[in-house]
Amino acid sequence: MASPEKLKFQKSHEWTRVEGSIAYVGISDHAQEELGDIVFVEIPEVDDEFEAGEEVTNIESVKAASPIYAPVSGKVVKVNQELEEAPELINQKPYEAFIFAIEMTDPSELDKLLSYEEYQKSIEEEE
Amino acid sequence: MLKKTPLYDVYKDYKGVKLIDFGGWELPVNFENGIIDEHLAVRKNAGLFDVSHMGEITVEGPTSEEFVNWLVTNDVKKMDDYQCLYSPMCYPHGGVVDDLMVYRYSPDSYLLVVNAANTDKDFKWITEENEWIKNRNDAPTIKNVSADYAQIALQGPKANGYLREMVGPVVDEIKFFRFKDSIEIGGQSCIVSRTGYTGEDGFEIYCDSSAAAKVWNTVLDHTKDRGVLPCGLGARDTLRFESKLPLYGHELTQDITPLEANLSAFVKLETEDFCGKDALVKQKESGVPRSLRGCEMIDRGVPREHYKVFSTEGDEIGYVTSGSKSIMLDKFCGLVLIKRGIGLKIGDEIEIEMNKKRKRAKLVKTPFYKQT
Repeated sequence: MASPEKLKFQKSHEWTRVEGSIAYVGISDHAQEELGDIVFVEIPEVDDEFEAGEEVTNIESVKAASPIYAPVSGKVVKVNQELEEAPELINQKPYEAFIFAIEMTDPSELDKLLSYEEYQKSIEEEE
Repeated sequence: MLKKTPLYDVYKDYKGVKLIDFGGWELPVNFENGIIDEHLAVRKNAGLFDVSHMGEITVEGPTSEEFVNWLVTNDVKKMDDYQCLYSPMCYPHGGVVDDLMVYRYSPDSYLLVVNAANTDKDFKWITEENEWIKNRNDAPTIKNVSADYAQIALQGPKANGYLREMVGPVVDEIKFFRFKDSIEIGGQSCIVSRTGYTGEDGFEIYCDSSAAAKVWNTVLDHTKDRGVLPCGLGARDTLRFESKLPLYGHELTQDITPLEANLSAFVKLETEDFCGKDALVKQKESGVPRSLRGCEMIDRGVPREHYKVFSTEGDEIGYVTSGSKSIMLDKFCGLVLIKRGIGLKIGDEIEIEMNKKRKRAKLVKTPFYKQT
């Protein structure tokens, strides 16, 4: 299983894994736990462009829709098509099931993201 | 400070329980297994719900029957003793104050079970604000006894068998929408009705608040080895949705009449006067403007409350009142309140706007799911 200690996080519960100039984005174990059974992932369009902090797509649990925000600016270059048929992968393997990947236009934006430790702290504060 | 039911202390430490603020009440949305497993338990086996947040109002005295019959749209005068009746309760303009269950002990004694979030509003409406009460000096005695009562629902195809094991064959004598009192569960005296909010066979059990923990634990300890799960509000909502049971605040509001919500079976326009009758008769004569229909997504997406609905020609025709994944059908479904009389039939397409995109859906028969 992918180790969350190596990932970057947003307060809005997305994780980011960097491979070269590409940032893979998913949601944290805590977020999937809070959302409950995930039943639908709106797969974003490849080539759509987003600014850091902009809403990219939605994932839906039985209960409600939750927006997913871009951790960094750039263009969507890859989506996890598997989630269309099996959205529950996010519940089962939150740190492996990425939702989309962005080709970064400004990798320095990564510095604004939280470390795993900082993210854990932000959850505790939230609770 | 959130209100808590008498069962809060029992399940607050259950592993995996997720508590939320539901209309001012701290209640479980789901337990360890999650909404889908809880939903399936109720459809295939049985599930146990704490619904003690529901409000209970008693009406007693010689004018009780006349008064309750005037308050609600259904025909209370036809009821037998120990019968339950579902009914909307309307304002004079035909919009809905609440939808409720009427339990009749006798023509002089009724128990009204109302929605938790509406209890205070309903009590005020029933005791002070309606025309009958304002114009009469022989009103029945009306009490809000919500705090005295706990309510536990045991729902599912196997509920009858489990309860029979605990209570005896007397359970089989409680027919659909009937109730008995003085039924002992775990040594506690309960009112048991064959009613529910899941579309399954099952029971709603009322007991004194101080007896709630004993009753809950007795039922759960007796059945949990056979897969009966405690269930939260999440499954309660997905179950009622699949069975097209209306939820106040969604399918019914003060701005939606019961005729628009297709509840005309519970509105007896041919009987004597009741609150809202004139407005509803008028609405029926001039044409009910909207209709509550069910739809299923053709394109991918989940219809959610308030999403706008369009015809395939692009005209806005209404909105989504509730939407979810139907767990039994494995499809995304919605209840939509749309214009009536525009020729839309089962199978016809409509469009629902989601995140600025129009997605195709088609009208389907409701309830979405029915136990066969």
